[in-house]
Amino acid sequence: MTNAAVHVEGQAAQHALHTYVPDAVASGAAHTKGQQHPIRLYLVVWGWLFVLSTCSYLVDYFGIHGHLRWSLILLFMVLKAGLIVAVFMHMAWERLALAYAILLPPVLVLVFVAIMVFESDYTHLLRSIFFAPTA
Amino acid sequence: MAETALTNTGTSITRPAGWRGIAADWSSDQRAFKNVSWGKAMMWIFLLSDTFIFSCFLLSYMTARMSTTVPWPNPSEVFALNIAGRHIPLILIAIMTFILISSSGTMAMAVNFGYRRDRVRTAALMLATAAFGATFVGMQAFEWTKLIMEGVRPWSNPWGAPQFGACFFMITGFHGTHVTIGVIFLIAIARKVLRGDFDRERRGFFTSRKGYYEIVEITGLYWHFVDLVWVFIFAFFYLW
Repeated sequence: MTNAAVHVEGQAAQHALHTYVPDAVASGAAHTKGQQHPIRLYLVVWGWLFVLSTCSYLVDYFGIHGHLRWSLILLFMVLKAGLIVAVFMHMAWERLALAYAILLPPVLVLVFVAIMVFESDYTHLLRSIFFAPTA
Repeated sequence: MAETALTNTGTSITRPAGWRGIAADWSSDQRAFKNVSWGKAMMWIFLLSDTFIFSCFLLSYMTARMSTTVPWPNPSEVFALNIAGRHIPLILIAIMTFILISSSGTMAMAVNFGYRRDRVRTAALMLATAAFGATFVGMQAFEWTKLIMEGVRPWSNPWGAPQFGACFFMITGFHGTHVTIGVIFLIAIARKVLRGDFDRERRGFFTSRKGYYEIVEITGLYWHFVDLVWVFIFAFFYLW
């Protein structure tokens, strides 16, 4: 089962196989090398997440309304999500093959969002025409 | 059977970077994720599928809120609390957000100490993460109790559009379930770390596979995802 999997990987995997075999002996050694970054970086990101969360809370606290409110909320949301995925989940250091495989599909949800915006506008229209309480 | 996956994470591989790297990694008949173990790749793929589940919840909430002709209850008021005689809007949710972010911070540090094979610190930080998570779930239980006492039901509420309750219970309930599972997952792995399973490569009771400190990072991926989902729920459900 293992061999079959390794064989089809061909040339490119030969290199990976090479590095793999030794750590089957000194087993686990390779696993200690995984994603390691300075603690300081995590603390800085942690601090930024606190700042950004406070900012988005203040948007509500000061009762900012309209487009400014929505754009601020979205801005802080995207920044926070980006920091978590890039640093805490280490996506910034992964190969692009993984990053694109995981990060592109959720973007397509925006198409679904667009469809449902049209759909709910239509539903809203029908409701206000035929089911308006004071009509 | 031996070790079915090539789990040589972190080893340097000489492969093209950028767009060429994507084409090279994804071209036929090879493993696409070069220096990522199967465990980590599968956790990422699971998280991707979970993203779609939460997307559907938030989308149905958006559809309900956009299509209703009755005003939506103002979350800022609904989730306000009176603390020391002062009426503070949304304060409980803000505290919950900070708690969850802190738990993500301790988790990220636990991963770091795990790869340094510092058993005690790794386990301590993971247990701290679990404690933050449990606190979060506790506050959520408080929030649910408060709202139910005030008369919020999945089909009605005293303030406006009846869909509010259904969206609230579904979205926060599903997220709370994820946090609860994460807490259990964290405690289970922290116990293994403390016992030295990953130093002695003790085989798991269920899969009979050797464990590695990488599982701390994989647990971390799940935990950070829970935090990530909360970022979106906080923005769309509570602040919008």
